Amino acid sequence: MIQDEPLLRFCSEGIYCVPGRFYIDPWRPVAKALIMHGHADHAREGMQHYLCHHFTVPILKARIGADIQVQGIAYNEPTYLNGVKVSFHPAGHIIGSAQIRLEYGGKVAVVSGDYKVQDDGLSTPFEPVRCHEFVTESTFGLPIYKWLPVESYQQQMRQWITENQARGKTSVFIGYSLGKAQRILKALEGMGDIYVHYSIARLNEAYVSAGIPLPEYRNLDLREDVKKVAGKIVIVPPALADSNALKRIPDFATAICSGWMQVRGARRWRSADAGFAVSDHADWPGLLQAIKATEADKVYVTHGHTQTFAKYLNETGIYAEAIKTEFGAEEEIEETVKAEKE
Amino acid sequence: MKAFAKLVNDLDSSNKTSLKTEAIQRFLRDADDKDKLWLLALFTGKRPKRHVGSGLMKQWAMEIAGIPEWLFIESYSSVGDLGETIALILPPPQQQTEKPLYAWMQDIIALADATEAEKRYFVLHAWNNLNTTERFIFNKLLGGSFRVGLSSKGLINALAKHYALDETAVAHSIMGEWRLDDVEFEPLIHGHYSNTFLSKPYPFCLAYALETPVERLAPLSEWQAEYKWDGIRGQLVKRAGEVFIWSRGEELVTSQFPEVVATAQQWDEDFVIDGEILPIKEGAVLNFSELQKRLNRKLLTRKILTDTPVGMYAYDLLEWKGEDIRLRPLQERRALLEMIVESYSPASIQLSPVVSAADPESLLQLRETARERNSEGLMLKHRRSIYHTGRKKGDWWKWKIDPLTIDAVLIYAQKGSGRRSAYYSDYTFAVRDGDMLVTIAKAYSGLTDKEIQEVSRFVNKNAIEKFGPVRTVKPELVFEIAFEGIGYSSRHKSGVALRFPRIARWRKDKTVQDIDDLETVKKLIT
Repeated sequence: MIQDEPLLRFCSEGIYCVPGRFYIDPWRPVAKALIMHGHADHAREGMQHYLCHHFTVPILKARIGADIQVQGIAYNEPTYLNGVKVSFHPAGHIIGSAQIRLEYGGKVAVVSGDYKVQDDGLSTPFEPVRCHEFVTESTFGLPIYKWLPVESYQQQMRQWITENQARGKTSVFIGYSLGKAQRILKALEGMGDIYVHYSIARLNEAYVSAGIPLPEYRNLDLREDVKKVAGKIVIVPPALADSNALKRIPDFATAICSGWMQVRGARRWRSADAGFAVSDHADWPGLLQAIKATEADKVYVTHGHTQTFAKYLNETGIYAEAIKTEFGAEEEIEETVKAEKE
Repeated sequence: MKAFAKLVNDLDSSNKTSLKTEAIQRFLRDADDKDKLWLLALFTGKRPKRHVGSGLMKQWAMEIAGIPEWLFIESYSSVGDLGETIALILPPPQQQTEKPLYAWMQDIIALADATEAEKRYFVLHAWNNLNTTERFIFNKLLGGSFRVGLSSKGLINALAKHYALDETAVAHSIMGEWRLDDVEFEPLIHGHYSNTFLSKPYPFCLAYALETPVERLAPLSEWQAEYKWDGIRGQLVKRAGEVFIWSRGEELVTSQFPEVVATAQQWDEDFVIDGEILPIKEGAVLNFSELQKRLNRKLLTRKILTDTPVGMYAYDLLEWKGEDIRLRPLQERRALLEMIVESYSPASIQLSPVVSAADPESLLQLRETARERNSEGLMLKHRRSIYHTGRKKGDWWKWKIDPLTIDAVLIYAQKGSGRRSAYYSDYTFAVRDGDMLVTIAKAYSGLTDKEIQEVSRFVNKNAIEKFGPVRTVKPELVFEIAFEGIGYSSRHKSGVALRFPRIARWRKDKTVQDIDDLETVKKLIT
């Protein structure tokens, strides 16, 4: 065994495990790809073989194609790839999201992808994994980002609906179709009839098939008669945010659910009526807490406020390096702007 | 504070006037009269003096949050507002205290005589008792720079609606100089103090841009045409021998224009004149850049006064011998104005000349040559129009000359503030000067939200350095910059200054090879 050979290398195709000869969430076509979760910037098309958590399998098939070569794996179920011990651990980001632990020659690395430490009640909660090298995101890697407890933001969202209902307005929530939409759905349980856009409903199936119960909802196709949603609750993906299709809904108010809504300027920038800072990424205290728990000697920061966050870690005595990747390229500007291919 | 925080939040979270009005009415219904008075005070620019410097607030916030200064600055550049940055980086409050707005304001005013330790105790205690929104508001109140998403017109309309009053009357009652300690809310909005304030200006009558072909303004003889001057719109008030000059931003600028004040003092009667303050030398109006040398100076030296004399071009007469004549037709007001101004020897108050044209064609020609007179175009006012409150469609039109344009390349980008703090929306553009690029203008507006997002993505990918708020980017994106005028300037590296630059459109069809060079740009100066 060669001690100096690195476990991880950051290549133009993606994060590469050198002894294991596989990639994690690569952005160019490769032979073997381990996928941390089903969002488009992490699970891309063109890989010869995919390995991901069981819950992510139907998502990959729905998004990339039913004919892909994909194998599912459970959390905490070690497997060996070219002598590297590989295991998936809950990342708490969305359904099936995982941190990937790699062990080889006594050295442990964890690639965490996107994660959050707040328990949203839907995803398997984040699990800290000790390691020597930790690869982290930093989407919200500034101390201005601190999320409210789940009960608090849920209460705010419900309050907003109550105010809309008093005026006879339809409440339209805008959020990512995978992860965020289901959290919104859960937060609004019992507030009235909930309609979800069919692109979201399709992904809801992934939750139901995994045995995660969701509140009752109805399908919505904006091309059909939409009068029935008047005064009710509607959830749509960001791609529809300023669309003409949405304008067919009678007398409505919109709310964007995104971590970026933490800042007043961002709330006012979007032409929405309300903004709720609900995120599937770790906030500032969450990032620091997660990193400390790993006890890692070295931290790689892959996307978000990479330079700033790495600099801060270094100043606090944690050796860190900013890495250029193609994760969250759009998210750095505006998570909710990204149009989903449907 | 809860009611006020709710108001600020409601105003922020809607673009719809009806909802904003509803939010204000809710506040008027629920809040204490003293809080309502403070709302008016804050909206009309009557803020208490600042007693706690922003440097100290930042220092304390960094200490409590335990973050280094560079990280605070990075955070600030993402948020775009100091008070909000502080509100966000602090740890969650340990308690909740409810105190009305006026009580907070009393405490803030009382800081005038406090020691630094006392100030620190007060501020830290407040931070630890308020939620994020309330903290943000508290910081803004403390800093004396409070702004919310509401125009003064919006506030006036809501007040008028709630108390079933005339909008003009409300506007008149709350504008101008009143002191918080001297008034009470109800009497104030009902105009009970109006007569005691000599300086009180009227709301300016504003014009919309002409939307239809000028031929539609028939018969043309019904319309009064004047040049549209590019100076400082001002209201010259003389009552009981005292002279005041108000700017359109409702600021008193009397002391900046002693020439005009001196003339006004020599006139016998009381009056209120609407006019334009302009740099005028030897009977000709100078470029606006000349006037800029005069503005916001602490001291007007004899040299400045000789080099750049100013005068007022009078447009309209609003009050004469104490009588409000705004509801009389324009032709009557104008006749009176002409009689007054002409009865005094030529001085620093002159008539804004009326131009006459027999037909639309000659009017168009007059407009085309307006720039030669350092004018921006023409104003068309219906001869029977009253002097409206604020912006009103139909009676007054501004008919500006098409703007000048150049093609320039984006070289620096900065995140906006307020609503635009998540995006790179403030740009600096350059033109060619030999082999170099030289900055020519900064522009903040003109792109759609979608285009700003697209430019932001480009900036993120093509930024040359990453720390701090300003990004230097690869000179690649070309924009057509429109502006109203151009003059020489020693303040800018390029040696020229553009008046009202904004982005006319994104020239995706052009490359950096196609941008204008400085010599061509200088030829536009008349």
